[in-house]
Amino acid sequence: MAKFAAPAKIHDNRPDMSKLIVTPQTARFESPLTLKSGATLPSYELVYETYGTLNAGKSNAILVCHALSGNHHVAGVHSEHDKRPGWWDNMIGPGKPIDTGRFFVIGLNNLGGCHGSTGPSSINPQTGKPFGASFPVVTVEDWVETQARLADRLGIHQFAAIVGGSLGGMQVLQWSINHPDRLRHALVIAAAPRLTAQNIAFNDVARQAILTDPDFHGGDFYAHGVVPRRGLRIARMLGHITYLSDDAMGEKFGRILRTGAYNFGYEVEFEIESYLRYQGDKFADSFDANTYLLMTKALDYFDPTHHHQHGSLSETMQAARAKFLVISFSTDWRFSPSRSREIVKALLDNNLDVSYAEITAAHGHDAFLMEDPQYHNLVRAYMERIVEEA
Amino acid sequence: MNMTNTTVRHDFETIAAWVAPGSRVLDLGCGDGTLLKYLTDSRQARGYGVEIADANILACVKKGLNVIQNDLDAGLSGFEADSFDFVSLSQTLQAMRHIEQVIAEMLRVGKQAIVAFPNFGYWRHRMQVLQGHMPVSPNLPYQWFDTPNIHLCTVKDFEAFCAQRGIRILERVVMEGEREIGFLPNIRGSVAAYRIERG
Repeated sequence: MAKFAAPAKIHDNRPDMSKLIVTPQTARFESPLTLKSGATLPSYELVYETYGTLNAGKSNAILVCHALSGNHHVAGVHSEHDKRPGWWDNMIGPGKPIDTGRFFVIGLNNLGGCHGSTGPSSINPQTGKPFGASFPVVTVEDWVETQARLADRLGIHQFAAIVGGSLGGMQVLQWSINHPDRLRHALVIAAAPRLTAQNIAFNDVARQAILTDPDFHGGDFYAHGVVPRRGLRIARMLGHITYLSDDAMGEKFGRILRTGAYNFGYEVEFEIESYLRYQGDKFADSFDANTYLLMTKALDYFDPTHHHQHGSLSETMQAARAKFLVISFSTDWRFSPSRSREIVKALLDNNLDVSYAEITAAHGHDAFLMEDPQYHNLVRAYMERIVEEA
Repeated sequence: MNMTNTTVRHDFETIAAWVAPGSRVLDLGCGDGTLLKYLTDSRQARGYGVEIADANILACVKKGLNVIQNDLDAGLSGFEADSFDFVSLSQTLQAMRHIEQVIAEMLRVGKQAIVAFPNFGYWRHRMQVLQGHMPVSPNLPYQWFDTPNIHLCTVKDFEAFCAQRGIRILERVVMEGEREIGFLPNIRGSVAAYRIERG
């Protein structure tokens, strides 16, 4: 692009350099991985994307951990004409709060995922068939180990920061405990130190929807050429309800009827029904049911205090050395601000550096993916501080 | 809630002098972090600020400070007893809703507390009241209708408050501008700062 003020780009057919074009890569790991469950994976693959340039000192790397349905495609687009940017494109990219002009950002699809990393829908090399139900349950700790191996592969000993929202934030927390020297900063966003009974209950309803779908076939539906769509749809619809706030849902949909009148039947009538069904359908077409089960189970099991004798988060966080930025959202009831304050308290109890912000936002748990001036300015300011420290 | 930044905060120096180097400090109502930064730089304090306003949270993060977004009127339940050497509250007390609770919380969380507030008994304030008006001064820069200050007090009032609750006053500095006031502080002083502890 021209450096000086240029006339409108009428004749300029050159590619738009402001677009971040990225190609997914695959890392294959041949050394066996013993999981928390005791099961062993002899080998596995992780698909990942990188943005920006790793500096000579390899000190500007940022790892982005994804949430329940996320993946490695964090930012940018896959081609010039790709209309669908990565899931956190408003946060990460050139000149964005996490500036890929300064940082080398890595996004990966977690083990067990369905977007290219080895998971239940992958072919098991030992049988030549999809793993299906035989794919082992993985935990947040397992993910952290595989992410650490990917970092080793890329020659990164210490991340400038590890960033994640929701289930991603839990991975950040686990990193800070299991590998305290491998991250300087931890950005824990819209997370919780462990799920409540209510959270687990929501997850189990979602799982039951999938497990009881006749097309599930005990997890080996691939062989039958079917997908447990009904179960996945319901699981996703339920999820969406919990990601939004009552107010946001009311404001967006209210009691609006599609045809303006009651039809006295069970077809789609209210706009909210239409929205949820659309979201459910979209998800059922693109997401693997076994991966959904596995991700929700990883959420349920996450509890960094589990191995700790006294079960206190403060004692568990004694291991951490990173500096923290913890962010919550006012209307998030899935992982409410009080859950983030539990994390903050544990960090304060250990005299760790921490800043905490509660963003006033209408969108509930989903707010962590939305563009909000205070939220984004805060992350930008924090990231600039990381640059200054280096 | 803090005073405007254009006003020189002479109480900062007083507070800084009380903070032993390397102390663990919690600065309540830390505003844009000016005092906390001063304590971090000049006293190598290990500090955290507590603030409610979004803009101030951002300002603190920009300064590289630790800041926790929290409503002080909701208490300090996120902080353990005796977890700080000093808990400071500078020019914020008068805007708090639950003064007794805040002071009690400061003395629970901190081994000592430092409180600075505008002295309502300052002679210029008294003059304005005598003339029939609510006082407006560099230390009370608001009009009666837009002031966040709901609990103004005098030097005498604060000392009576401490005495009634068995709170020990360790040190007091009353100032007028840059000058320390020794004689008739409740009349001649515009700002008062106290270092206190549980009795």
